[in-house]
Amino acid sequence: MSLAASSLSSLRRQLTSGKISARDIVEDVIAQISSRDGDIGAFLSHNGEAALAAAEKADLSLPLGGLPIGIKDNINVEGHPCTCASKFLKDSYTSPYDATAITKLKAAGAIPFGKTNLDEFAMGSSTENSGLQTTQNPAAPGHIPGGSSGGSAAAVAARLIPAALGSDTGGSIRQPASHCGVVGLKPSYGRISRYGLVAFGSSLDQIGPLTHTVEDSALLLNALAGGDPRDSTSLNDPVPDYTEGLDSGVSGMKLGLPKEYFADGLCPKIRERIESTAKKLESQGAEIVEISLPHTEYAVATYYIIAPAEASSNLSRFDGVRYGNRTENPEDMLALYTDSREAGFGSEVKRRIILGTYVLSSGYYDAYYLRAQKVRTLIRRDFQEAFEKVDAILTPVAPETAPKMGSASGDPLKHYLADIYTISANLAGNCGISVPLEPIDGLPVGLQILGPHLGEKKILRCARAVEAG
Amino acid sequence: MAESHIDVRYVANLARINLSDEEVARFGGQLEDIMKHIEKLSEVNIEGIAPSAHANDLSNRVRADIPVPSLPPKGFLQNAPDQANNQLRVPKVVDA
Repeated sequence: MSLAASSLSSLRRQLTSGKISARDIVEDVIAQISSRDGDIGAFLSHNGEAALAAAEKADLSLPLGGLPIGIKDNINVEGHPCTCASKFLKDSYTSPYDATAITKLKAAGAIPFGKTNLDEFAMGSSTENSGLQTTQNPAAPGHIPGGSSGGSAAAVAARLIPAALGSDTGGSIRQPASHCGVVGLKPSYGRISRYGLVAFGSSLDQIGPLTHTVEDSALLLNALAGGDPRDSTSLNDPVPDYTEGLDSGVSGMKLGLPKEYFADGLCPKIRERIESTAKKLESQGAEIVEISLPHTEYAVATYYIIAPAEASSNLSRFDGVRYGNRTENPEDMLALYTDSREAGFGSEVKRRIILGTYVLSSGYYDAYYLRAQKVRTLIRRDFQEAFEKVDAILTPVAPETAPKMGSASGDPLKHYLADIYTISANLAGNCGISVPLEPIDGLPVGLQILGPHLGEKKILRCARAVEAG
Repeated sequence: MAESHIDVRYVANLARINLSDEEVARFGGQLEDIMKHIEKLSEVNIEGIAPSAHANDLSNRVRADIPVPSLPPKGFLQNAPDQANNQLRVPKVVDA
Protein backbone atom coordinates (compact mmCIF):
# COMPACT_ATOMS: atom_id res chain seq x y z
CA MET A 1 0.00 0.00 0.00
CA SER A 2 1.30 3.45 -0.87
CA LEU A 3 1.97 5.89 1.97
CA ALA A 4 -0.79 8.24 0.80
CA ALA A 5 -3.21 5.31 1.08
CA SER A 6 -2.31 4.45 4.68
CA SER A 7 -4.11 5.38 7.86
CA LEU A 8 -2.72 8.13 10.07
CA SER A 9 -2.10 5.67 12.89
CA SER A 10 -0.06 3.30 10.73
CA LEU A 11 1.95 6.18 9.23
CA ARG A 12 2.59 7.39 12.74
CA ARG A 13 4.06 4.02 13.74
CA GLN A 14 6.26 3.92 10.65
CA LEU A 15 7.44 7.48 11.26
CA THR A 16 8.35 6.96 14.89
CA SER A 17 10.16 3.72 14.16
CA GLY A 18 12.24 5.59 11.58
CA LYS A 19 11.11 3.40 8.68
CA ILE A 20 9.90 6.40 6.69
CA SER A 21 10.22 10.18 6.80
CA ALA A 22 7.56 12.89 6.66
CA ARG A 23 9.07 13.86 3.30
CA ASP A 24 8.39 10.35 1.95
CA ILE A 25 4.68 10.72 2.82
CA VAL A 26 4.32 14.20 1.31
CA GLU A 27 6.20 13.14 -1.84
CA ASP A 28 3.83 10.21 -2.26
CA VAL A 29 0.76 12.41 -1.75
CA ILE A 30 2.07 14.80 -4.44
CA ALA A 31 2.77 11.87 -6.78
CA GLN A 32 -0.68 10.31 -6.25
CA ILE A 33 -2.43 13.62 -6.88
CA SER A 34 -0.45 14.39 -10.02
CA SER A 35 -0.99 10.93 -11.49
CA ARG A 36 -4.64 10.33 -10.49
CA ASP A 37 -6.50 13.45 -9.39
CA GLY A 38 -6.99 14.54 -13.00
CA ASP A 39 -9.70 11.87 -13.23
CA ILE A 40 -11.18 12.47 -9.77
CA GLY A 41 -11.04 16.23 -9.25
CA ALA A 42 -10.81 16.18 -5.46
CA PHE A 43 -8.29 19.01 -5.06
CA LEU A 44 -8.78 22.61 -6.18
CA SER A 45 -5.22 23.62 -5.33
CA HIS A 46 -2.11 22.45 -3.53
CA ASN A 47 1.34 23.77 -2.84
CA GLY A 48 3.72 20.82 -2.88
CA GLU A 49 6.86 22.88 -2.26
CA ALA A 50 5.46 24.45 0.91
CA ALA A 51 4.34 21.04 2.16
CA LEU A 52 7.75 19.50 1.48
CA ALA A 53 9.41 22.37 3.37
CA ALA A 54 7.02 21.74 6.31
CA ALA A 55 7.81 18.01 6.15
CA GLU A 56 11.54 18.74 6.48
CA LYS A 57 10.85 20.58 9.72
CA ALA A 58 8.22 18.17 11.06
CA ASP A 59 8.43 17.39 14.78
CA LEU A 60 7.72 13.67 14.96
CA SER A 61 7.35 13.77 18.73
CA LEU A 62 3.99 15.55 18.29
CA PRO A 63 0.74 13.53 18.03
CA LEU A 64 0.26 14.24 14.30
CA GLY A 65 3.91 15.03 13.52
CA GLY A 66 4.61 14.99 9.76
CA LEU A 67 1.13 13.86 8.66
CA PRO A 68 -0.45 15.69 5.68
CA ILE A 69 -4.15 16.53 6.00
CA GLY A 70 -6.33 17.76 3.11
CA ILE A 71 -8.41 20.86 3.86
CA LYS A 72 -11.86 21.69 2.53
CA ASP A 73 -11.58 24.94 0.62
CA ASN A 74 -13.87 26.89 2.94
CA ILE A 75 -11.34 26.75 5.81
CA ASN A 76 -8.67 29.46 5.83
CA VAL A 77 -5.02 28.37 5.64
CA GLU A 78 -2.64 31.33 5.70
CA GLY A 79 -0.99 32.01 2.36
CA HIS A 80 -3.30 29.66 0.44
CA PRO A 81 -6.37 30.41 -1.67
CA CYS A 82 -9.77 29.93 -0.05
CA THR A 83 -12.22 29.82 -2.93
CA CYS A 84 -15.24 28.12 -1.30
CA ALA A 85 -15.48 26.67 -4.85
CA SER A 86 -16.97 30.00 -5.88
CA LYS A 87 -16.11 32.20 -8.84
CA PHE A 88 -16.55 35.03 -6.37
CA LEU A 89 -13.27 34.14 -4.64
CA LYS A 90 -11.33 32.32 -7.36
CA ASP A 91 -7.97 33.94 -8.16
CA SER A 92 -8.82 36.92 -5.99
CA TYR A 93 -8.40 35.79 -2.39
CA THR A 94 -5.43 34.55 -0.36
CA SER A 95 -6.07 33.75 3.30
CA PRO A 96 -4.32 36.29 5.52
CA TYR A 97 -4.63 34.05 8.59
CA ASP A 98 -5.10 30.46 9.78
CA ALA A 99 -8.45 29.13 11.00
CA THR A 100 -8.17 27.96 14.61
CA ALA A 101 -8.60 24.35 13.41
CA ILE A 102 -5.51 24.87 11.20
CA THR A 103 -3.53 26.49 14.03
CA LYS A 104 -4.37 23.44 16.14
CA LEU A 105 -3.44 20.97 13.40
CA LYS A 106 -0.10 22.71 12.97
CA ALA A 107 0.46 22.75 16.75
CA ALA A 108 -0.09 18.97 16.72
CA GLY A 109 2.58 18.66 14.03
CA ALA A 110 0.30 18.01 11.04
CA ILE A 111 0.87 19.53 7.60
CA PRO A 112 -2.26 21.12 6.07
CA PHE A 113 -2.03 19.98 2.47
CA GLY A 114 -4.05 21.35 -0.43
CA LYS A 115 -7.61 22.61 -0.64
CA THR A 116 -10.43 20.28 -1.63
CA ASN A 117 -13.52 20.82 -3.76
CA LEU A 118 -17.01 21.44 -2.34
CA ASP A 119 -20.46 22.63 -3.29
CA GLU A 120 -20.12 26.41 -3.60
CA PHE A 121 -20.02 27.88 -0.07
CA ALA A 122 -20.88 24.34 1.17
CA MET A 123 -24.42 24.63 -0.20
CA GLY A 124 -25.38 21.24 -1.57
CA SER A 125 -25.09 17.49 -1.10
CA SER A 126 -23.39 16.41 -4.31
CA THR A 127 -20.41 18.73 -4.97
CA GLU A 128 -22.12 19.35 -8.32
CA ASN A 129 -22.76 22.91 -7.15
CA SER A 130 -19.03 23.65 -7.20
CA GLY A 131 -18.48 26.70 -9.34
CA LEU A 132 -15.01 25.49 -10.24
CA GLN A 133 -14.83 21.77 -11.05
CA THR A 134 -16.51 18.37 -10.98
CA THR A 135 -15.53 15.68 -8.47
CA GLN A 136 -16.08 12.01 -9.24
CA ASN A 137 -16.96 9.36 -6.69
CA PRO A 138 -13.74 7.28 -6.64
CA ALA A 139 -15.68 4.12 -5.78
CA ALA A 140 -18.12 4.62 -8.66
CA PRO A 141 -17.12 7.01 -11.46
CA GLY A 142 -20.15 8.73 -12.97
CA HIS A 143 -21.76 8.93 -9.53
CA ILE A 144 -21.64 11.95 -7.21
CA PRO A 145 -19.20 11.83 -4.29
CA GLY A 146 -21.84 13.43 -2.07
CA GLY A 147 -21.34 16.81 -0.51
CA SER A 148 -20.72 19.38 0.36
CA SER A 149 -17.33 18.01 1.55
CA GLY A 150 -17.18 15.87 -1.62
CA GLY A 151 -13.59 16.79 -2.43
CA SER A 152 -12.34 15.80 1.04
CA ALA A 153 -14.27 12.51 0.98
CA ALA A 154 -13.10 11.68 -2.55
CA ALA A 155 -9.48 12.57 -1.74
CA VAL A 156 -9.44 10.13 1.17
CA ALA A 157 -11.50 7.43 -0.59
CA ALA A 158 -9.23 7.60 -3.67
CA ARG A 159 -6.26 7.28 -1.31
CA LEU A 160 -4.69 10.50 -2.51
CA ILE A 161 -4.15 11.64 1.09
CA PRO A 162 -4.50 9.84 4.45
CA ALA A 163 -7.16 12.19 5.91
CA ALA A 164 -8.94 15.48 5.33
CA LEU A 165 -11.05 18.08 7.10
CA GLY A 166 -14.59 18.90 6.04
CA SER A 167 -17.43 20.97 7.43
CA ASP A 168 -20.95 19.81 8.21
CA THR A 169 -23.96 22.16 8.26
CA GLY A 170 -26.65 19.61 7.41
CA GLY A 171 -24.74 16.40 6.73
CA SER A 172 -21.87 17.69 4.61
CA ILE A 173 -19.26 15.45 6.28
CA ARG A 174 -21.37 12.36 7.02
CA GLN A 175 -23.17 12.05 3.67
CA PRO A 176 -20.08 12.23 1.39
CA ALA A 177 -18.31 9.87 3.81
CA SER A 178 -21.19 7.42 3.34
CA HIS A 179 -21.24 7.81 -0.45
CA CYS A 180 -17.46 7.42 -0.80
CA GLY A 181 -16.88 4.72 1.83
CA VAL A 182 -14.82 6.57 4.45
CA VAL A 183 -15.34 7.55 8.10
CA GLY A 184 -16.82 11.05 8.60
CA LEU A 185 -17.37 12.68 12.00
CA LYS A 186 -19.49 15.73 12.76
CA PRO A 187 -18.63 16.75 16.30
CA SER A 188 -21.15 18.37 18.65
CA TYR A 189 -21.87 22.02 17.98
CA GLY A 190 -19.15 24.04 19.72
CA ARG A 191 -16.68 21.17 20.12
CA ILE A 192 -14.34 22.62 17.44
CA SER A 193 -13.83 26.33 16.88
CA ARG A 194 -15.44 27.73 13.75
CA TYR A 195 -13.04 30.68 13.60
CA GLY A 196 -11.70 30.83 10.04
CA LEU A 197 -14.35 28.51 8.62
CA VAL A 198 -16.24 30.60 6.07
CA ALA A 199 -19.66 30.88 7.72
CA PHE A 200 -22.70 29.34 6.02
CA GLY A 201 -25.20 28.57 8.81
CA SER A 202 -23.46 29.82 11.94
CA SER A 203 -25.73 27.98 14.37
CA LEU A 204 -25.28 24.70 12.46
CA ASP A 205 -21.71 24.60 11.04
CA GLN A 206 -19.06 22.29 12.51
CA ILE A 207 -15.62 21.28 11.24
CA GLY A 208 -14.76 17.57 11.39
CA PRO A 209 -12.46 14.86 10.01
CA LEU A 210 -12.83 12.44 7.09
CA THR A 211 -10.55 9.45 7.54
CA HIS A 212 -9.97 5.79 6.68
CA THR A 213 -10.46 4.56 10.22
CA VAL A 214 -12.37 5.41 13.38
CA GLU A 215 -9.08 5.61 15.28
CA ASP A 216 -7.83 8.29 12.87
CA SER A 217 -11.05 10.22 13.42
CA ALA A 218 -10.38 10.16 17.18
CA LEU A 219 -6.74 11.19 16.67
CA LEU A 220 -7.80 14.24 14.67
CA LEU A 221 -10.57 15.14 17.11
CA ASN A 222 -7.98 15.08 19.91
CA ALA A 223 -6.04 17.77 18.08
CA LEU A 224 -9.00 19.87 16.93
CA ALA A 225 -11.36 19.96 19.93
CA GLY A 226 -11.47 22.67 22.55
CA GLY A 227 -12.65 26.18 23.37
CA ASP A 228 -11.43 29.23 21.50
CA PRO A 229 -11.74 32.87 22.63
CA ARG A 230 -12.21 33.76 18.94
CA ASP A 231 -15.41 31.70 18.68
CA SER A 232 -17.87 32.55 21.44
CA THR A 233 -19.98 29.51 20.51
CA SER A 234 -17.08 27.10 21.11
CA LEU A 235 -17.20 25.07 24.29
CA ASN A 236 -14.56 25.11 27.01
CA ASP A 237 -15.49 21.65 28.29
CA PRO A 238 -12.43 19.48 28.92
CA VAL A 239 -11.16 17.50 25.94
CA PRO A 240 -10.81 13.82 26.80
CA ASP A 241 -8.45 11.45 24.95
CA TYR A 242 -10.84 10.26 22.25
CA THR A 243 -8.62 7.29 21.36
CA GLU A 244 -8.84 5.91 24.90
CA GLY A 245 -11.39 3.08 25.28
CA LEU A 246 -12.07 2.90 21.53
CA ASP A 247 -11.81 -0.88 21.54
CA SER A 248 -13.92 -1.51 24.62
CA GLY A 249 -16.85 -2.69 22.49
CA VAL A 250 -20.59 -2.15 22.74
CA SER A 251 -21.35 -4.56 25.56
CA GLY A 252 -23.80 -2.86 27.92
CA MET A 253 -24.54 -0.02 25.50
CA LYS A 254 -28.14 0.81 24.71
CA LEU A 255 -28.65 1.65 21.04
CA GLY A 256 -31.85 3.13 19.59
CA LEU A 257 -33.42 2.64 16.18
CA PRO A 258 -35.76 5.61 15.53
CA LYS A 259 -38.87 4.30 13.80
CA GLU A 260 -39.33 7.55 11.82
CA TYR A 261 -35.97 6.98 10.08
CA PHE A 262 -37.01 3.61 8.68
CA ALA A 263 -40.28 4.70 7.10
CA ASP A 264 -41.10 5.02 3.39
CA GLY A 265 -38.46 6.48 1.13
CA LEU A 266 -35.51 4.51 2.49
CA CYS A 267 -33.87 2.09 0.04
CA PRO A 268 -34.77 -1.42 1.32
CA LYS A 269 -31.20 -2.67 0.90
CA ILE A 270 -29.88 0.11 3.14
CA ARG A 271 -32.50 -0.77 5.73
CA GLU A 272 -31.38 -4.42 5.62
CA ARG A 273 -27.72 -3.45 6.03
CA ILE A 274 -28.51 -1.35 9.09
CA GLU A 275 -30.77 -3.96 10.66
CA SER A 276 -28.18 -6.69 10.20
CA THR A 277 -25.50 -4.40 11.69
CA ALA A 278 -27.77 -3.75 14.67
CA LYS A 279 -28.19 -7.53 15.11
CA LYS A 280 -24.45 -7.98 15.07
CA LEU A 281 -24.01 -5.29 17.73
CA GLU A 282 -26.74 -7.00 19.75
CA SER A 283 -24.79 -10.26 19.56
CA GLN A 284 -21.79 -8.35 20.95
CA GLY A 285 -23.76 -7.36 24.03
CA ALA A 286 -25.54 -4.15 23.03
CA GLU A 287 -29.22 -3.72 23.77
CA ILE A 288 -31.20 -2.58 20.72
CA VAL A 289 -34.43 -0.67 21.34
CA GLU A 290 -36.94 1.08 19.11
CA ILE A 291 -37.26 4.77 19.87
CA SER A 292 -39.25 7.68 18.46
CA LEU A 293 -38.08 11.11 17.27
CA PRO A 294 -41.59 12.42 16.56
CA HIS A 295 -40.66 15.74 14.91
CA THR A 296 -38.42 14.15 12.27
CA GLU A 297 -40.88 14.90 9.47
CA TYR A 298 -40.50 18.64 10.14
CA ALA A 299 -36.69 18.68 10.09
CA VAL A 300 -36.22 19.45 6.39
CA ALA A 301 -38.70 22.35 6.47
CA THR A 302 -37.12 23.73 9.66
CA TYR A 303 -33.63 23.43 8.26
CA TYR A 304 -34.46 25.05 4.92
CA ILE A 305 -35.71 28.11 6.75
CA ILE A 306 -32.92 28.43 9.31
CA ALA A 307 -29.91 27.56 7.13
CA PRO A 308 -30.80 29.90 4.22
CA ALA A 309 -31.76 32.66 6.68
CA GLU A 310 -28.34 32.46 8.31
CA ALA A 311 -26.65 32.13 4.91
CA SER A 312 -28.38 35.20 3.52
CA SER A 313 -26.96 37.20 6.40
CA ASN A 314 -23.49 35.60 6.37
CA LEU A 315 -23.02 35.97 2.63
CA SER A 316 -23.78 39.69 2.70
CA ARG A 317 -20.05 40.12 3.35
CA PHE A 318 -19.37 39.16 -0.27
CA ASP A 319 -20.03 42.64 -1.56
CA GLY A 320 -17.10 43.33 -3.88
CA VAL A 321 -15.54 45.82 -1.46
CA ARG A 322 -13.17 43.93 0.82
CA TYR A 323 -12.26 40.87 -1.22
CA GLY A 324 -13.30 38.72 -4.13
CA ASN A 325 -15.13 39.54 -7.32
CA ARG A 326 -15.74 43.18 -8.15
CA THR A 327 -17.62 44.34 -11.18
CA GLU A 328 -15.75 46.68 -13.55
CA ASN A 329 -16.64 50.38 -13.41
CA PRO A 330 -19.89 50.21 -11.42
CA GLU A 331 -22.22 53.15 -11.96
CA ASP A 332 -22.75 53.57 -8.21
CA MET A 333 -22.41 51.79 -4.88
CA LEU A 334 -25.60 49.77 -5.34
CA ALA A 335 -24.46 48.51 -8.75
CA LEU A 336 -21.13 47.54 -7.19
CA TYR A 337 -23.00 45.19 -4.84
CA THR A 338 -25.67 43.84 -7.16
CA ASP A 339 -23.43 43.28 -10.20
CA SER A 340 -20.49 41.82 -8.25
CA ARG A 341 -22.83 39.34 -6.56
CA GLU A 342 -24.68 38.45 -9.75
CA ALA A 343 -21.46 37.54 -11.54
CA GLY A 344 -19.76 35.86 -8.57
CA PHE A 345 -22.43 33.53 -7.18
CA GLY A 346 -23.77 30.34 -8.75
CA SER A 347 -27.45 29.33 -8.93
CA GLU A 348 -27.74 27.39 -5.68
CA VAL A 349 -26.11 30.18 -3.68
CA LYS A 350 -28.41 32.80 -5.23
CA ARG A 351 -31.44 30.58 -4.61
CA ARG A 352 -30.60 30.10 -0.94
CA ILE A 353 -29.80 33.78 -0.36
CA ILE A 354 -33.15 34.71 -1.87
CA LEU A 355 -35.00 32.06 0.13
CA GLY A 356 -33.27 33.24 3.32
CA THR A 357 -33.95 36.89 2.59
CA TYR A 358 -37.60 36.08 1.90
CA VAL A 359 -38.21 34.18 5.16
CA LEU A 360 -36.56 36.98 7.14
CA SER A 361 -38.32 39.79 5.33
CA SER A 362 -40.82 42.10 6.96
CA GLY A 363 -44.18 40.42 7.47
CA TYR A 364 -42.85 36.86 7.13
CA TYR A 365 -40.38 36.66 10.00
CA ASP A 366 -42.83 35.30 12.59
CA ALA A 367 -44.53 32.91 10.18
CA TYR A 368 -41.30 31.33 9.00
CA TYR A 369 -38.09 32.06 10.89
CA LEU A 370 -39.52 32.35 14.39
CA ARG A 371 -41.79 29.34 13.88
CA ALA A 372 -38.83 27.31 12.60
CA GLN A 373 -36.79 28.24 15.68
CA LYS A 374 -39.60 26.95 17.88
CA VAL A 375 -39.87 23.69 15.96
CA ARG A 376 -36.10 23.47 16.35
CA THR A 377 -36.66 23.48 20.11
CA LEU A 378 -39.04 20.52 19.70
CA ILE A 379 -36.48 18.64 17.58
CA ARG A 380 -33.82 19.26 20.26
CA ARG A 381 -36.23 17.95 22.89
CA ASP A 382 -36.86 14.79 20.87
CA PHE A 383 -33.15 14.02 21.06
CA GLN A 384 -32.81 15.01 24.72
CA GLU A 385 -35.62 12.62 25.60
CA ALA A 386 -34.20 9.86 23.39
CA PHE A 387 -30.76 10.14 24.96
CA GLU A 388 -32.28 9.67 28.39
CA LYS A 389 -33.15 6.16 27.19
CA VAL A 390 -30.23 5.22 24.91
CA ASP A 391 -26.48 5.83 24.60
CA ALA A 392 -26.50 6.27 20.84
CA ILE A 393 -28.88 6.13 17.87
CA LEU A 394 -28.37 4.08 14.70
CA THR A 395 -29.77 5.47 11.44
CA PRO A 396 -29.19 5.61 7.70
CA VAL A 397 -27.12 8.53 6.38
CA ALA A 398 -29.00 9.01 3.12
CA PRO A 399 -32.11 7.40 1.57
CA GLU A 400 -30.06 5.84 -1.25
CA THR A 401 -26.48 5.14 -2.29
CA ALA A 402 -24.64 7.76 -4.38
CA PRO A 403 -26.92 8.78 -7.27
CA LYS A 404 -25.61 9.29 -10.81
CA MET A 405 -24.37 12.78 -11.61
CA GLY A 406 -27.06 15.17 -12.76
CA SER A 407 -29.95 13.08 -11.47
CA ALA A 408 -31.56 15.84 -9.38
CA SER A 409 -30.56 18.89 -11.40
CA GLY A 410 -33.35 21.42 -11.80
CA ASP A 411 -35.20 20.09 -8.76
CA PRO A 412 -33.61 21.56 -5.62
CA LEU A 413 -36.42 20.34 -3.34
CA LYS A 414 -35.63 16.73 -4.28
CA HIS A 415 -32.02 17.33 -3.17
CA TYR A 416 -33.14 18.98 0.07
CA LEU A 417 -35.49 16.12 1.00
CA ALA A 418 -32.57 13.65 0.77
CA ASP A 419 -30.93 15.44 3.75
CA ILE A 420 -33.64 14.10 6.08
CA TYR A 421 -31.44 11.75 8.16
CA THR A 422 -28.54 14.12 8.77
CA ILE A 423 -29.93 17.62 9.34
CA SER A 424 -31.61 16.97 12.69
CA ALA A 425 -28.22 16.47 14.35
CA ASN A 426 -27.20 19.95 13.20
CA LEU A 427 -30.46 21.49 14.40
CA ALA A 428 -30.07 19.78 17.78
CA GLY A 429 -26.28 20.24 18.02
CA ASN A 430 -25.58 16.54 18.55
CA CYS A 431 -22.56 14.63 17.29
CA GLY A 432 -22.80 12.04 14.54
CA ILE A 433 -20.50 9.76 12.60
CA SER A 434 -20.81 7.83 9.35
CA VAL A 435 -18.94 4.53 9.33
CA PRO A 436 -18.78 2.32 6.21
CA LEU A 437 -20.85 -0.88 5.96
CA GLU A 438 -20.61 -3.58 3.28
CA PRO A 439 -21.20 -1.86 -0.12
CA ILE A 440 -24.51 -2.33 -1.95
CA ASP A 441 -24.17 -3.32 -5.62
CA GLY A 442 -20.63 -1.96 -5.57
CA LEU A 443 -21.63 1.38 -4.07
CA PRO A 444 -20.43 2.40 -0.60
CA VAL A 445 -22.94 2.95 2.18
CA GLY A 446 -22.49 4.22 5.70
CA LEU A 447 -24.23 3.74 9.03
CA GLN A 448 -24.92 6.92 10.95
CA ILE A 449 -24.38 6.78 14.69
CA LEU A 450 -25.79 9.80 16.52
CA GLY A 451 -24.71 10.65 20.04
CA PRO A 452 -25.78 13.07 22.73
CA HIS A 453 -24.21 16.49 23.00
CA LEU A 454 -20.46 15.98 23.70
CA GLY A 455 -21.03 12.22 23.42
CA GLU A 456 -18.21 11.75 20.88
CA LYS A 457 -16.53 9.01 22.90
CA LYS A 458 -19.67 6.90 22.81
CA ILE A 459 -20.21 7.13 19.07
CA LEU A 460 -16.53 6.58 18.30
CA ARG A 461 -16.54 3.44 20.45
CA CYS A 462 -19.69 2.18 18.74
CA ALA A 463 -18.31 3.05 15.28
CA ARG A 464 -15.12 1.18 16.09
CA ALA A 465 -17.19 -1.92 16.94
CA VAL A 466 -18.99 -1.65 13.58
CA GLU A 467 -15.68 -1.19 11.77
CA ALA A 468 -14.17 -4.23 13.52
CA GLY A 469 -17.16 -6.32 12.34
CA MET B 1 -43.02 23.39 -10.96
CA ALA B 2 -45.60 25.68 -9.40
CA GLU B 3 -46.32 29.24 -10.43
CA SER B 4 -44.64 31.70 -8.13
CA HIS B 5 -46.38 33.91 -5.61
CA ILE B 6 -43.05 35.26 -4.44
CA ASP B 7 -41.90 38.55 -5.94
CA VAL B 8 -38.44 37.21 -6.73
CA ARG B 9 -37.09 40.42 -8.19
CA TYR B 10 -38.15 42.41 -5.11
CA VAL B 11 -36.52 39.91 -2.74
CA ALA B 12 -33.38 39.75 -4.90
CA ASN B 13 -33.13 43.50 -4.62
CA LEU B 14 -33.33 43.23 -0.82
CA ALA B 15 -30.49 40.71 -1.04
CA ARG B 16 -28.54 43.01 -3.39
CA ILE B 17 -28.31 40.51 -6.23
CA ASN B 18 -29.11 41.18 -9.88
CA LEU B 19 -30.96 38.35 -11.57
CA SER B 20 -31.61 37.66 -15.23
CA ASP B 21 -35.22 37.22 -16.43
CA GLU B 22 -34.51 33.52 -16.86
CA GLU B 23 -33.32 33.25 -13.22
CA VAL B 24 -36.36 35.13 -11.94
CA ALA B 25 -38.67 32.67 -13.69
CA ARG B 26 -36.72 29.56 -12.69
CA PHE B 27 -36.15 30.53 -9.04
CA GLY B 28 -39.78 31.62 -8.72
CA GLY B 29 -41.09 28.15 -9.53
CA GLN B 30 -38.47 26.37 -7.44
CA LEU B 31 -39.02 28.62 -4.43
CA GLU B 32 -42.75 28.03 -4.70
CA ASP B 33 -42.14 24.25 -4.46
CA ILE B 34 -39.84 24.74 -1.47
CA MET B 35 -42.26 27.09 0.31
CA LYS B 36 -45.07 24.61 -0.23
CA HIS B 37 -43.03 22.00 1.63
CA ILE B 38 -42.15 24.52 4.33
CA GLU B 39 -45.87 25.16 4.95
CA LYS B 40 -45.79 21.79 6.71
CA LEU B 41 -44.57 23.61 9.79
CA SER B 42 -47.99 25.18 10.28
CA GLU B 43 -49.19 21.73 11.45
CA VAL B 44 -46.92 21.85 14.51
CA ASN B 45 -48.30 23.04 17.83
CA ILE B 46 -45.73 25.59 19.01
CA GLU B 47 -47.84 27.10 21.75
CA GLY B 48 -45.63 28.05 24.69
CA ILE B 49 -42.43 26.78 23.02
CA ALA B 50 -39.36 29.00 23.28
CA PRO B 51 -37.33 29.50 20.10
CA SER B 52 -33.81 28.02 19.79
CA ALA B 53 -31.40 30.42 18.13
CA HIS B 54 -28.78 27.71 18.29
CA ALA B 55 -28.17 24.34 19.85
CA ASN B 56 -26.27 25.20 23.02
CA ASP B 57 -27.71 27.08 25.96
CA LEU B 58 -25.06 29.76 26.09
CA SER B 59 -25.67 33.47 26.32
CA ASN B 60 -23.68 36.66 26.66
CA ARG B 61 -20.28 35.06 26.90
CA VAL B 62 -17.67 37.65 27.69
CA ARG B 63 -13.91 37.48 27.81
CA ALA B 64 -11.39 39.54 29.71
CA ASP B 65 -11.03 43.05 28.30
CA ILE B 66 -7.39 42.68 27.34
CA PRO B 67 -6.02 43.95 24.02
CA VAL B 68 -4.65 41.14 21.85
CA PRO B 69 -2.87 41.43 18.50
CA SER B 70 -5.04 41.23 15.40
CA LEU B 71 -4.33 41.35 11.67
CA PRO B 72 -2.34 44.42 10.61
CA PRO B 73 -4.00 46.68 7.99
CA LYS B 74 -1.88 45.00 5.32
CA GLY B 75 -3.54 41.67 6.13
CA PHE B 76 -7.01 43.17 5.89
CA LEU B 77 -6.25 44.98 2.65
CA GLN B 78 -4.26 42.31 0.83
CA ASN B 79 -7.36 40.98 -0.95
CA ALA B 80 -9.12 44.29 -1.56
CA PRO B 81 -10.05 44.86 -5.20
CA ASP B 82 -9.47 48.59 -4.89
CA GLN B 83 -7.68 50.58 -2.22
CA ALA B 84 -5.88 53.84 -1.56
CA ASN B 85 -4.11 55.34 1.48
CA ASN B 86 -4.49 52.15 3.51
CA GLN B 87 -8.26 52.25 3.01
CA LEU B 88 -10.83 50.48 0.85
CA ARG B 89 -11.99 52.50 -2.15
CA VAL B 90 -15.61 52.43 -3.38
CA PRO B 91 -17.67 54.55 -5.80
CA LYS B 92 -18.81 57.92 -4.55
CA VAL B 93 -21.70 57.50 -2.07
CA VAL B 94 -22.57 61.10 -1.15
CA ASP B 95 -22.60 64.09 -3.50
CA ALA B 96 -20.83 67.18 -2.22
